[in-house]
Amino acid sequence: MAERSFKKEVQQLRIPAGEEFRGEGILAITKALLQSGVGYVGGYQGSPISHLMDVLADANEILEELDVHFETSASEATAAAMLAASVMYPIRGAVTWKSTVGTNVASDALANLASGGVTGGALIIIGEDYGEGSSIMQERSHAFAMKSQMWLLDPRPNLESIVQSVEDGFELSEASNTPVMLQVRIRSCHVHGRFITKENKRPRYTLKQALENPVRDTTRIVLPPASFTHEHEKIQQRWPAAVKFIREKKLNEFFDGDYKDIGLILQGGLYNGVIRALQLLGLADSYGNSRIPMYVMNVTYPVIDEEVIEFCNGKRAVLLLEEGQPDYIEQNLHAILRKAGVTTHLSGKDVLPMAGEYTTAAMKTGLEAFLKTWQADCLATHEAVAADEVAATAVATMEAAAPKAKPAAVPITFHPKVKDLANVVPARPAGFCVGCPERPIFAAMKLAQQDLGPHHVSCDIGCHLFSILPPFNLGATTMGYGLGAASSSAFNVKTGKRSISVMGDGGFWHNGLTSGIANAVFNKNDGVIVIVDNYYSSATGGQDIPSSRADNPDRSTKNPIEHAIRGAGVKWVRTIDRTYDVARVRDTLEEALTTTTDGPKVIIAQSECMLNKQRRIKPLFTKAVKSGQRAVKERFGVDADVCTGDHACIRLSGCPSLSVKDSGDPLKEDPVAHVDSGCVGCGNCGEVAEAAVLCPSFYRADIIHNPTGGDRFMAKIRKAVIGFLQRRRAERQARFAL
Amino acid sequence: MSTTTSNIVLHPGTPIKIAILAMGGQGGGVLADWIVEMAEAAGWWAQTTSVPGVAQRTGATIYYLELLPESAARAAGKPPTLAMMPTPGDVDLVVAAELMEAGRAMQRGLVAPDRTTLITSSHRSFAVGEKAALGNGIADPNKVIDAGREAAKRLMCFDLQEMAEKAGSVISASLFGAIAGSGALPFERAAFEDTIRHSGKGVDASLRAFALGFDAAAAAPASPAPIDTSRPAPEVPERAASPATQALLDRVKRDFPASAHGMLVAGLRRLIDFQDLAYATEYLDRMDKIRALDAQHGGDTAAWALTGAMAHRLAVAMSYDDVIRVADLKTRGSRFERVRKEVGAKADQLVYTTEFMHPRLEEICGTLPAGLGRWLEQSKGIGGFVKRRMEHGRRVQTGTLKWFLALYLLSGMRRFRRSTLRHQIEFAGIEQWVKRVTAAVSADYALAVEIAHCRRLVKGYSGTHARSGDRFARLMEAADRLLGQADAAPTLARLREAALADEEGRQLEIQMGQVIRGLTNPTSGFERKAA
Repeated sequence: MAERSFKKEVQQLRIPAGEEFRGEGILAITKALLQSGVGYVGGYQGSPISHLMDVLADANEILEELDVHFETSASEATAAAMLAASVMYPIRGAVTWKSTVGTNVASDALANLASGGVTGGALIIIGEDYGEGSSIMQERSHAFAMKSQMWLLDPRPNLESIVQSVEDGFELSEASNTPVMLQVRIRSCHVHGRFITKENKRPRYTLKQALENPVRDTTRIVLPPASFTHEHEKIQQRWPAAVKFIREKKLNEFFDGDYKDIGLILQGGLYNGVIRALQLLGLADSYGNSRIPMYVMNVTYPVIDEEVIEFCNGKRAVLLLEEGQPDYIEQNLHAILRKAGVTTHLSGKDVLPMAGEYTTAAMKTGLEAFLKTWQADCLATHEAVAADEVAATAVATMEAAAPKAKPAAVPITFHPKVKDLANVVPARPAGFCVGCPERPIFAAMKLAQQDLGPHHVSCDIGCHLFSILPPFNLGATTMGYGLGAASSSAFNVKTGKRSISVMGDGGFWHNGLTSGIANAVFNKNDGVIVIVDNYYSSATGGQDIPSSRADNPDRSTKNPIEHAIRGAGVKWVRTIDRTYDVARVRDTLEEALTTTTDGPKVIIAQSECMLNKQRRIKPLFTKAVKSGQRAVKERFGVDADVCTGDHACIRLSGCPSLSVKDSGDPLKEDPVAHVDSGCVGCGNCGEVAEAAVLCPSFYRADIIHNPTGGDRFMAKIRKAVIGFLQRRRAERQARFAL
Repeated sequence: MSTTTSNIVLHPGTPIKIAILAMGGQGGGVLADWIVEMAEAAGWWAQTTSVPGVAQRTGATIYYLELLPESAARAAGKPPTLAMMPTPGDVDLVVAAELMEAGRAMQRGLVAPDRTTLITSSHRSFAVGEKAALGNGIADPNKVIDAGREAAKRLMCFDLQEMAEKAGSVISASLFGAIAGSGALPFERAAFEDTIRHSGKGVDASLRAFALGFDAAAAAPASPAPIDTSRPAPEVPERAASPATQALLDRVKRDFPASAHGMLVAGLRRLIDFQDLAYATEYLDRMDKIRALDAQHGGDTAAWALTGAMAHRLAVAMSYDDVIRVADLKTRGSRFERVRKEVGAKADQLVYTTEFMHPRLEEICGTLPAGLGRWLEQSKGIGGFVKRRMEHGRRVQTGTLKWFLALYLLSGMRRFRRSTLRHQIEFAGIEQWVKRVTAAVSADYALAVEIAHCRRLVKGYSGTHARSGDRFARLMEAADRLLGQADAAPTLARLREAALADEEGRQLEIQMGQVIRGLTNPTSGFERKAA
């Protein structure tokens, strides 16, 4: 069960044809898949398309009604290979993942798929994790489309266009026997918008039919001589077919303008930003009407030579807005224009940033530079953003007075007081949540290193990667999902110190079992591998995985990681079923680092992801209390008068709910530690304070709801004795009060 | 040649642009959805985008919205093309769910003086960097408010977190109320409240929080007042609460400069609370000497800085944190009450606390009579035996009779405190330190004051205490070397800051190195690595 539930939202997938759908991008994409008569869907979760997987999982019932098979693939490679069902059979299939990382994993299967080609439409929906909010290396998926000759769609970021491009994608794929990649940017996945729906379609050919009537054709298999034929097919048949389809169906869009001898060529995904930039220059309005002609490439690969030449003919200059690098499209356009002998000047990354996200501001600057050279007058007439002036008055006449959009003349960031904020506003690195079971693991690792000295720590992808940030500052490298152990395989030499590798349960099932564990066993690696088993694929939103403890009607869960590891041949395995036991984790780590046993030392540290645990147990607890049952809630606190304000506990914990506050004591100028109401009573701070022999300031408070008669009786007796002694002492204190 | 004959009609209608800055788990998404729902219900076109990614794990996130009247879209005959991200200088309303996030918004240029309304909660959720500091690492909130006054057209700043808690709701609700109250959006209060009602979850609490936010914004001053970050000075009572302590109070008022009265009273209170009246009197006797010394060296012209500093540091030094003290504080009735309050226990609920204690041989010996304690520390066999038997984490349930009585008796040992080993050790240290101050004052008054303040470093328990003590020792070495130097005082002050810069003491060692190289005849002792 995922962190966010879409049970309510998915009902929108049922709304009948011709009605208006309002919702998030990922939900619209799901609706589009159903409208296209998709036969099967797979994928691997990861921002920005995690929620797409969650939506599909929550929509399983609706999918089954339509004979659509959905599964959560073990990895992007699995998902890509799943598209094999569309090679011989006219079944439409779609898969999705986070890109470029996911596409890296999938590219083996994708290359095979693209070589043999497809019969049924094969759509790969890639969440392009690029720019602000991205959690991965900044690269382009564009290269994968080029190398395997798969077509790449990059539609304008409004639900209407995105939904249309899903349907177009399937048709294009079938018309050209080529898998099609549909690229959606981070913000498009989460954008709230609207579109008019069509009827959901059942697949015209089902998986069942395929299994009952198997077909094979060796010319579709990547094996000589077919593999050589495939390359020629790509160029001689599939490419021309694609170009024909794209032109006829007008997948790319031409927008007219006033200044006919200049123009803009842009990736569809940048459209809204370009319009806003033009608007701020007074050259467009809020509805996409632009005074400068535009050629919008909703298909960014292949580039349609004829269309480019058509658009450039008779123009003095055009500006290409292409986000990211290398500048594949720009190079391509230069070649096209030169070969065609078109003299139109092509501007691009000469006025726009070579690297980095194309924000509205960045594109505005680029456009300004381009226009200054080629159409200075269009800027001159609009210093006051005419469109917006009109807008302000026009909107004012409507009941709602909308303020006018004037770009600030001098960015306020140059103001000295705002500049000074650089020394004030603290960085807010993402970190472990309140009560996260991974926190104590790294606190213990810190303590173990205090005893045994610093070690080389290889990290992995997942929440546990936050260990590289303050306050833990642990970890040297991260080489990709599930590759924590693999990335220390070189350190397979006998010395006084062993390497420590971290791997999450998500990464473990994705590939770590083979790439990390089996590899370490086979190569007799002597290192220590810590597997963080928090019952979910937590970083991506708490999806279930084979070792999840949840009862999932659609999946087989509760498959212990330890069984898999022992099966892979690991002899030294320690399973810690409560990571909050900091001392135990530390001692186990130290044992692993010092034992004389050969081969990999694997520690499985298990405790449920607190984010998901709270969502699971909170309602149960409240229900129990409401029904009058005895229930104990644990919360932690700090005695302000015992705490000396050194904050060593925070440096070993970093829990968001462990904060500081003024001591209220004139003699104590440093703020003291303080546990806020967000505390879930995980116990980490107490355990750390104890294991690290810090201080006795921490206390755990057990709050007994609906105490039993016995509870109350004991409380009465205790109160009598304790109360008496406390009063006695208080009175003596009072006698000397000042 | 360019043509200027326009066949393109630019239609009126400019969206209202809103940026919401929140931290993971603050409900920024909920707030954004509320605004969308309200706008759509009122016949507006609404678009929202965000970039959650890993930021949803306690990092900072921006939600961006654009609203446009559908009437305008109809007039234009086309659906609007709205931007997916805020443009610096082009945002009408910026909402920050925490004060430093408002600062971040300004750093990103989202706040413009000619148009942006900036609504921010004044509460702080400290970043890990601020919390982890060895001393006080909290950023100055007024820097943000100052910048806001310049950067925003209208700045609204009040504690929306507190309002939410008071209403038993979350900050998204009080923020929603503040937006309504600010009048920055063209929607009636009713439209806002209906949206909350439709959400159907915790409606009443949300509406209460909404109302508090609304009123605060509606009544907000043109420019928010600065946040008072000053620490309240300890008040000096007219008369002591008990005759027994009146004599001490009289002495303070009669013999000491007014500027030191506050600290002295605070000191006396702490020491009476720590030990007894006699102990407090001893403190005042020691302070008498300091005051005399101060007078001799022109304290009256230096605002009695030395007396003030010593009044503060000596009181803390004399009330060292020993096992007896901890047992005492943990068993007090007032503490039991405070815990109930802190965890928000209701009258019909029972609360039991568990303490996490880890006594080390040092603490155990420290609590014994000096002679015995020393012997035990030295004795391999028995010391080791005690170490093995006693030195491990203890979960002490203070609410149960067994453990309460144990702690109560332990705290009762305060009457023997003066004879304990710990007391001897602490006082040996205090004597040395006071001697240094006394020695320095004749040569360099300012340095003496700094030496006094260096005591600030000594704090914590067990390992932490040992480390801080070691840092203090290093500073004392430095003080000795600096005595007679021109800028001795500011240098020592700098070193003290360095000592609080990092846990490993790197900064301190680096700066010590520099200082010593600056001095004429360096001694190898200073090249030592950090302990």
